[in-house]
Amino acid sequence: MAEESKPPRLDGEGKAGKKRKKKDPDLAAAAKRMKRGPGVDLKAIGDKKLKGKLRRSEDVISKSQKKAAAINEWLLPASAGALEAEGVERTWNFRQDAIVAAVDQTAAKKAFDLSLPDLGPYSVSFTRNGRFMLLGGQMGHLAVMDWQRSHLVCEVQVKETVRDVTFLHNETFWAAAQKKYVYIYDKRGLEVHCLRDHAEAHALEFLPHHFLLASVGEHGVLRYQDTSTGHIVATHRTKMGPCSVMRQNPHNAVLCLGHARGTVTMWTPNLTVPAVKMLCHQGPVTALAVDQGGHHMVTSGADGQIKVWDVRMLKPLHAYFAHSPPTSMDISQRGMLAVGYGRKVQVWQDALSSKAQSPYLTHQLPAGVLRSFRFCPYEDVMGIGTSAGISTILVPGAGEPNFDSLVANPFQTNKQRQEGEVVALLDKLQPDTIVLDPDSVGRLRKEPGEVAAQRRQEEAAANAARLAAQRREAEDKVKMKGKNRPSKRHRKKQTNIIEERKPTVKERQKQEADRRKEAAAKKAETVIPEDAPRSVRRFYKA
Amino acid sequence: MKVKVISRSEEEYTRERKSDLRKVQRNYDPQLHQFEKAHEYTRALNAAKLDRIFAKPFLAALPHDDGVTCLARNPKLVNSIVSGCADGDIRIWDIPGERTLRRLVGHTGAVKGISFAPDGETCVSAGIDATVKLWKVPYAPFEAGEVQEDAEAVFEFQGKNAFRGVDHHWDRTSFATAGAAVDIWDHSRSEPVQSFTWGSDTVTSVRFNPAEPDVFASTGSDRSIALYDLRRATPLRKLVMQTRCNALAWNPMEPFNFTAANEDCCLYTYDMRKLTSALTVHKDFVSAVMDVDYSPTGKEFVAGSYDRSVRIFGAQAGHSREVYTTKRMQRVFAVRFSGDATYVFSGSDDMNVRVWKAKASEQLGVRLPREKHKQAYNDALVERYKHMPEVKRIARHRHLPTAIYKAAKTRRAVTDSDKRKLQRRIEHSAPGSIVVKPDRKRKIVAQVE
Repeated sequence: MAEESKPPRLDGEGKAGKKRKKKDPDLAAAAKRMKRGPGVDLKAIGDKKLKGKLRRSEDVISKSQKKAAAINEWLLPASAGALEAEGVERTWNFRQDAIVAAVDQTAAKKAFDLSLPDLGPYSVSFTRNGRFMLLGGQMGHLAVMDWQRSHLVCEVQVKETVRDVTFLHNETFWAAAQKKYVYIYDKRGLEVHCLRDHAEAHALEFLPHHFLLASVGEHGVLRYQDTSTGHIVATHRTKMGPCSVMRQNPHNAVLCLGHARGTVTMWTPNLTVPAVKMLCHQGPVTALAVDQGGHHMVTSGADGQIKVWDVRMLKPLHAYFAHSPPTSMDISQRGMLAVGYGRKVQVWQDALSSKAQSPYLTHQLPAGVLRSFRFCPYEDVMGIGTSAGISTILVPGAGEPNFDSLVANPFQTNKQRQEGEVVALLDKLQPDTIVLDPDSVGRLRKEPGEVAAQRRQEEAAANAARLAAQRREAEDKVKMKGKNRPSKRHRKKQTNIIEERKPTVKERQKQEADRRKEAAAKKAETVIPEDAPRSVRRFYKA
Repeated sequence: MKVKVISRSEEEYTRERKSDLRKVQRNYDPQLHQFEKAHEYTRALNAAKLDRIFAKPFLAALPHDDGVTCLARNPKLVNSIVSGCADGDIRIWDIPGERTLRRLVGHTGAVKGISFAPDGETCVSAGIDATVKLWKVPYAPFEAGEVQEDAEAVFEFQGKNAFRGVDHHWDRTSFATAGAAVDIWDHSRSEPVQSFTWGSDTVTSVRFNPAEPDVFASTGSDRSIALYDLRRATPLRKLVMQTRCNALAWNPMEPFNFTAANEDCCLYTYDMRKLTSALTVHKDFVSAVMDVDYSPTGKEFVAGSYDRSVRIFGAQAGHSREVYTTKRMQRVFAVRFSGDATYVFSGSDDMNVRVWKAKASEQLGVRLPREKHKQAYNDALVERYKHMPEVKRIARHRHLPTAIYKAAKTRRAVTDSDKRKLQRRIEHSAPGSIVVKPDRKRKIVAQVE
């Protein structure tokens, strides 16, 4: 045989070397979610060196995004909670006791009722890691609980009206807006500060990245106080009457206030006027909530409307109608919207990006009237404060299942908490970094051409004006000093002499010019004949 | 009905015993990491501030009896340098111990150049007493105590004229001296093996190319930089500049590039293959640059000047990265980088050899990996945000002596006014009639082959 028969090629064997690794669409989508803002447009850059540098850095960024996505895909241990209905069942028909009965024992323990009928109604606040719950009864009952372990950390009776409560950067400090002032307590329940500047506050918010405690109240004055240094950073008079609806946008730390005339204003410590002012409702704004990513804001008014807004575009997305004006609203970490009024709490899934048709869960309070509620971070739990006490309900799929230990760790030890506090203080952001677009911090914006030109023009005008003023001043001044200086005297003499001689000199010059002109004319007149001999030619000269 | 809720068991997320590592769980979802950019910017600002706070570059001053004229580092040892003095004294230093190991006595006039042989055990020195001396250099003993002794030269080469510089070959037993001519000597011969002249002017310094064993370069008082090949009888090529060069140094990593220290306050980096234009002009000094030496990494070099300052430049940077001055330091005549690129030595007129850190804020000694990591992170942050006005202001700030500050200001005013004048002349002349030469070419007068 001249030619050896080739073994049959296995399908795809030869191609294996060339074949590209197929892109996992899920991973690509996950990597896209890891993106922080748009990349650099390399085409627009002319500078080769810079282009190379930016290309390399963009490479690193995209690689790290892919890596982070892969890590998230493979290493995150937990998946989010869920509630599914089968057959004719509907999720909003499930009652709490049925849900509690269906889950494991540790989760079931998280749903509880505390009957505190005497000192309510209660407002609720959670720490950022979701481990501690702060209760503020309107009649002066303040308590901090390690709620999952049913452990009471501290309890105070201030015998004074308490309107709002909030934790500061961690569970060791918390603030309460009381009858006249705002007070700060520590984890033992001891009053450590009385903030007399914050008079008659109705609502409190703490901005954890900036260490700012903000309050607004009876006088409609918004105050920012730095809790690490104690300074009042800003005091803004809203001029829109008493205000008790305040929530922060977690994405950019802008404070949203809901006012009695239906407007919502957004404030930063750097502007004395609201950065944004929008008319949202007819009648007072009753509740307000902003989602984690800073994309959506939900407002509710006394007109019974619940409106969803795109906070970045400042446009209404869609509206829902409530049977009675909601008294409290909150958005969970995974974007569930809770609305409460009277004795009813509704939870809506996917109600922000699109208009949902039916609620996800409904809950009827067993006793009392609703005051406020909050979703617990990193848990499928909502804490509800009512006039009858405190209760928690299970909302499957509300919380982020995987925490980041370096951001908020529900299982942190004392040492970790202390270290985290130091790191947070070192990384504390200055109040002037609060802007509507937080990505603009650390970025230089090139001045537009016309603005630069105008600025230059103004500078030039100012300089010219200054110079002119200086000159005028110099001229106005009658200088006596140096008048008798030898050089000055000499110069004066010179000028005088010249002035005297000038007319005569001019006269003489004129005469000279006339004479020359005359001579030239004469010369032109005398024409030497062609035939005159050379010896006599000189006699023809004028 | 199917229900699933988050349910974490504490054991899973906490350590079992105290000796275990704490469990750390990461989630890189950007929603959990709010204000990332602002935090990073804050850290960059803090890093820039810390960098300036810890910038304490001066380490030690090693005293001589007269102005220090030349320095040499031992190619085999990191901790030892040799310095020559205007009174003819040469000292071997133990840097970590801050003490003299030996005084090499013999020169009757100022020592103008020292260089080590590649074995690190011998060195040659040349002086204005028209002699070149060969010395044995002992290693630094580790035990402390006063060990200073005087030592005599091993061998002496007699020249005809005063010498201005010497450079030992990095591989052979020969060395080159600069003086009335460039002479090549061998350890075993008492007369020069080869001699190169080009015109009648004095040659001030000479340096061997670190890669090509036969190529070397010299600077002369006829404002020239000359290149030589040992295999030829005559010099290769000469570049004449407007002002004189005092010294030159080859880049050890890109051995075709060299940097010349010029009298006009600038340093010029040239490619030896293309002398029509400098690669970079390094500005910032306000008086003549006296000496230059490259870091072994080839990334940066150190230069000393008559304006009493030492500056460190990036190899491709137009302006200095760092400036070192002290109240007592006088005109700097010699500078050297240490063999590990961590330290900088300067010898000045005030009779001292000074030891500086090459990176002003660097922490000396053994660092934990965590510390190294943190430092690298801080450096990267400052690098990333160096264009932000706040960071730039802090990172670039250097306190300068009044004399240098004012001189720099005056120089700036002069150059600005020159630039303005040139601009006006261009505007009021026929287009194309005025040809503006770039700075890289302006100071080149002629090239002679």
